[in-house]
Amino acid sequence: MGGCKRGDIERGDIEGTETELESNLQSVDKAEAIVLQEAKKAGFDDEVQHQIGAAVREVVVNAVVHGNRYNRNKKVYLDIGRSKNKLSVTIGDEGSGFDPNAVADPLAPDNLLRQSGRGLLLARAFVDELDVHPRPGGGTEVRLVKNLIKS
Amino acid sequence: MSVKLTSRQVGDVTVIDAAGRITLGEGASRFRDMIRELAAKGNKNLLLNLAEVSYIDSSGIGELVSGFTTVTNNGGSLKLVGLSKRVKDLLQITKLYTVFDVYDDEAEAIRSFTRVAR
Repeated sequence: MGGCKRGDIERGDIEGTETELESNLQSVDKAEAIVLQEAKKAGFDDEVQHQIGAAVREVVVNAVVHGNRYNRNKKVYLDIGRSKNKLSVTIGDEGSGFDPNAVADPLAPDNLLRQSGRGLLLARAFVDELDVHPRPGGGTEVRLVKNLIKS
Repeated sequence: MSVKLTSRQVGDVTVIDAAGRITLGEGASRFRDMIRELAAKGNKNLLLNLAEVSYIDSSGIGELVSGFTTVTNNGGSLKLVGLSKRVKDLLQITKLYTVFDVYDDEAEAIRSFTRVAR
């Protein structure tokens, strides 16, 4: 699978994994694969798994490219928590911090033809909750939550 | 799987058939190179067939927009056909439906270039 698995975690009725990833683009595929495995275990259908994977890819790309700036000495931290009714994924980097409010609105008419700046917009659209906060010890953490709606 | 791109000529229109994923890295850069190459050759009517594209990330979307700008600035147009529900959703989320001409049917898309050319 790749990445350095820091171990399984159990907090009450939450199960999950913690993984350290290198600051390169291969980590985007690895993170997606790890999260998809957990999403499948949690019982999400194929389409929702795709959405969760897409959101994770966008956030990990941000962590590697804008957060850690491909620095080989910095890691991307992927923590996944799975309970019976939701999956939460926290992606941390060791960058210099990030203010989501400082990103130009990609939906503003003047920005529609910009080449970049849509990553968080897409990630947000694919999950139920997304919050960005400083990571303890430096960098940024983005937490994604997808609720499991059982039919 | 990265993206596979092939082009074919239908009258005055160059149709680019894309398959796979258009994502940051190889997929997006291949797409960029192809659009630039076709634009440099003077191909002005480009139709991008996304029927076999399973996923586009924000970088891929950025390349679509960049390709659109390149072709438009060159006096041509880049239109889209064959979008899956996933790709349609992406264009809705990013409001790019308001930018691109999108068609369900290839023949109809090809005819739309003729109307503009005349």
